[in-house]
Amino acid sequence: MPAAKTEPFHLLVRVGAATEGGLAYLGALAQLTGRALLLLFISPLKRGRRMERAVHQAMVVGVGAVPIVSLITFFIGLIMALQGAYELKKLGAIQLVPALVAVAISRELGPLITAIVVIGRSGSAFAAEIGTMRVTEELDALEAMALDPMAFIVAPKFLAMAIMVPCLAVWSDFMGVLGGCSFGVTVGGFSITSYFTATRDSLVVSDVLTGIIKSFVFGIIITAVGCHEGFSTGAGAEQVGRSTTAAVVLSILMVILVDVVFTALFYVTGGLT
Amino acid sequence: MKEAVLGSPIICVRDLRVRYGEREILHGMNFEVSHGETVVILGGSGSGKSTLLRTLVGLERPYSGEVLVKGLDLGKASEREKSALRKKMGLAFQGGALIGSLTVGENIALPLLEHSTLAPSTVEVMVRIKLEQVGLSGFENFSPSELSGGMRKRAAFARAMAMDPEMLFFDEPSAGLDPIMAAGIDNLILNLKKAYSITMVIVTHELASAFLVADRIMVVDKGNIIANGPAQALKQSDHPRVRQFLDRVPDSDSDDDQVDHLRLYTEGIQQ
Repeated sequence: MPAAKTEPFHLLVRVGAATEGGLAYLGALAQLTGRALLLLFISPLKRGRRMERAVHQAMVVGVGAVPIVSLITFFIGLIMALQGAYELKKLGAIQLVPALVAVAISRELGPLITAIVVIGRSGSAFAAEIGTMRVTEELDALEAMALDPMAFIVAPKFLAMAIMVPCLAVWSDFMGVLGGCSFGVTVGGFSITSYFTATRDSLVVSDVLTGIIKSFVFGIIITAVGCHEGFSTGAGAEQVGRSTTAAVVLSILMVILVDVVFTALFYVTGGLT
Repeated sequence: MKEAVLGSPIICVRDLRVRYGEREILHGMNFEVSHGETVVILGGSGSGKSTLLRTLVGLERPYSGEVLVKGLDLGKASEREKSALRKKMGLAFQGGALIGSLTVGENIALPLLEHSTLAPSTVEVMVRIKLEQVGLSGFENFSPSELSGGMRKRAAFARAMAMDPEMLFFDEPSAGLDPIMAAGIDNLILNLKKAYSITMVIVTHELASAFLVADRIMVVDKGNIIANGPAQALKQSDHPRVRQFLDRVPDSDSDDDQVDHLRLYTEGIQQ
């Protein structure tokens, strides 16, 4: 009898503890983000040196990701066109393929695929870099030199990611459409001009804009999770591996969750029109 | 202030206790370091000497007690106050802890560029001087990973000295170096002492270098200070743990273990 009583209670305790842990984690992320943004706005990149670091980061996380993002979203666009045409053909509506690809890519797949590539390239790298600095006492050394690791390492990353992830997302939109176009031109009976005209007609500004807004938030989340995991690395090399894995898994989870929230929000409010 | 002091105290530690979680590492330490004094903290592995050093520069928070550095209580100080104080301190880590993404030259220039208004050309000259002082001239453009352990250590020295600090803290300056390099580091410390009268706190377990550079030696054992006095006085100490440390006598229980293992091992080979 007491066992039956304590069982659901145990479950409650565990659910409560997990919820509390999750909320504490979100709180830690928010705190990290808040501090980094505060540093960016209050002491805006002292004497250009922080700016230099932000530009360097932007090159690494943004420009460096262009080839792989291009390749992946090109193929995603192509796949969307193929899959869409398969169904639309039955309805005799193959001329709707450009619209399908354009809307799916710009509203959803472009930003999402970009975020996932950036997580793999940069989110993990942030965790590994900061985690290694923790293990080799470099973070302590910075602190001992009266340099705030937040200002020195984290703030430039936030700036770079907040700018570069939306840029990448827009670029990935273009590449996705190009992927769809390659199908449209070779199989679907479009000319390049007619495909792009159809794409342009099917898109409204808010389609791209919602993607950009989401990407901005994704960039912030990826940086926050990557840096937080890096800072919470314990002692030893294997801990760096652990935080890198955690950074990737948690970033993907959080990006998807935020995506759901934003998409629902845009749906309810009828987009940004 | 009973010890022979060279000046007024710059570091005061009173009943310092430090904990990692539930485990207490330092069990109530009391000592002072005077202006211009070179204090060597001697102790075995795991004695708490590195924790003590980290507490003195404010990287660890005291659980209780006081650490006053230049009158600032590190346990209660704000980050801003600590930052101001740290600009007057130099700390060389055991492994160097050079920033891996920067070159050696950039590492040494870093505090200068961040905390002073010196022109980049001046900073460049200062970096060259500092590197020359530690015998690393010409290595400005190397990345830390291209240097040997000893060179990294010396580069960390140069970085610690970059801001011409009032206080220098060294964690195991000569551990893991060959005797020639270790002697070079000792010479460097002696020169600094003579030329600038910097206050230095050096954590080490190298007896020879400790006796060479120290004005005063503190022996730390299991989180307690078991001896504190001039080097000569320490040599005459009759505290059993101090004697054991100075005479390099192993712990008795681990001694038995070692012999047993050794015997088993050698007999095994003979058969």
